Amino acid sequence: MDSYDASESTPRQSTSLRPEDYFIGATFLQKRLESVRKQTSFIPTPPRRKIPHCSQLQEDVDPQKVAFLLHKQWTLYSLTPLYKFSYSNLKEYSRLLNAFIVAEKQKGLAVEVGEDFNVKVIFSTVLGIKGTQRDPEAFLVQILSKSQLPSENREGKVLWTGWFCCIFGDSLLETVSEDFTCLPLFLANGAESNTAIIGTWFQKTFDCYFSPLAINAFNLSWMAAMWTACKMDHYVATTEFLWSVPCSPQSLDISYAIHPEDAKAIWDSVHKTPGEVTQEEVDLFMDCLYSHFHRHFKIHLSATRLVRVSTSVASAHTDGKIKILCHKYLIGVLAHLTELAIFQIE
Amino acid sequence: MSVLRPLDKLPSLNTATILLVGTEDALLQQLVDSMLKEDCTSELKVHLAKSLPLPSSVNPPRIDLIVFVVNLHSKYSLQNTEESLHHVDASFFLGKVCFLATGAGRESHCSIHQHTVVKLVHTYQSPLLYCDLEVPCSWVPTSLSLLTWLAQGLSEWPGSQASAALTDG
Repeated sequence: MDSYDASESTPRQSTSLRPEDYFIGATFLQKRLESVRKQTSFIPTPPRRKIPHCSQLQEDVDPQKVAFLLHKQWTLYSLTPLYKFSYSNLKEYSRLLNAFIVAEKQKGLAVEVGEDFNVKVIFSTVLGIKGTQRDPEAFLVQILSKSQLPSENREGKVLWTGWFCCIFGDSLLETVSEDFTCLPLFLANGAESNTAIIGTWFQKTFDCYFSPLAINAFNLSWMAAMWTACKMDHYVATTEFLWSVPCSPQSLDISYAIHPEDAKAIWDSVHKTPGEVTQEEVDLFMDCLYSHFHRHFKIHLSATRLVRVSTSVASAHTDGKIKILCHKYLIGVLAHLTELAIFQIE
Repeated sequence: MSVLRPLDKLPSLNTATILLVGTEDALLQQLVDSMLKEDCTSELKVHLAKSLPLPSSVNPPRIDLIVFVVNLHSKYSLQNTEESLHHVDASFFLGKVCFLATGAGRESHCSIHQHTVVKLVHTYQSPLLYCDLEVPCSWVPTSLSLLTWLAQGLSEWPGSQASAALTDG
């Protein structure tokens, strides 16, 4: 057997070459092959061989109720399970958190010029934001400014919003005991100082831990593929990618915008199994974009880092910022993010 | 037909040669400098290549260890490695090939999932070392691991005098 052919053949075939083919002598080579085969023959399974298409909604989510969640930029955090959290005590929590915020602000820790100390905290549950019946209910925390004049509406301006949810969190729910409530995904919109204060209160009260959820380039390319795969009646935004080129002194950014229908056409040409997305399809989809870019600009995008993906379904940034644009796929996007959050916790 | 074969050339006396294949020039240069600083009684030569096959103008001596460096932050480096692997004779994979995966420490910058590299390495039945070439304190342990692997690979192939000398060093 020509040894050049052996190296060109698929790797599985090359390991079946018999040591007698070599002139050196079989003994020590045979011993070497045996020792190599005895090594752990565990082939790691891919992180996600198949993933359900994100167009299935477990429950009918009322678009009106979740409208406030869309078109806002949320900063993502992963949260460890909350100890002894109860949905019946939400009014109590509102009161306690309100007092805490006022105390913190008066301490001078987060003093800004012209800041209104008259704030009101509201805890409320958001029905329908869950994957299965086992998932705990999502709940929302809002900081509203109390209006000074009694003639105005009782509801002031929303200063800060944060919500906790868990979509298809079975892998985490199975591991914790009854006292814990698992809501691994936390999304915040508003001033960073408020996020820090709320985070401190939750950590002290429920013995949990927040950590920022970054999305790496690998997961962003999965999101790009899955969101492009979603069937849309009409597209509200172009599909856009942003790459960061590591070079000194300052890094460069490359932005690549495609018409969403063209992106969908590329996806349809690589997509094989209906209802599932595999690693190979994601890689092929991204390779199509890379090779097209390389043909025109002679730049290897695969050597750069994907930092932002923006589609008509949602847009995500590597720093852990997300904006969801389509209510139809809200649960699907949140399910993926929940998975990333659980992975970070574990 | 530019395939690297382990027994193409005669071994040189008291010399061992490592070929590092990878796209990250700056990082590899630091690793090479660190390896050459290590104490070996015999001579160590390190060649750097962006990819295989080697250009026809280059005539390297007998190569005792090929190290494929994959940067987990760059899909391009993985593709480059996969293409280069086709130009290596199968007999090299019996102890003369090693994979080095860098960048696993910065999870937020990773473009490739670790399992992709592990699957590739498992397919070629070769060892995989994890390191972070961007962190200076990892250069010395990585160099030592590579030199140990080189010595082990050499000791299993007859006719190489450099192996015993390397392990003494």
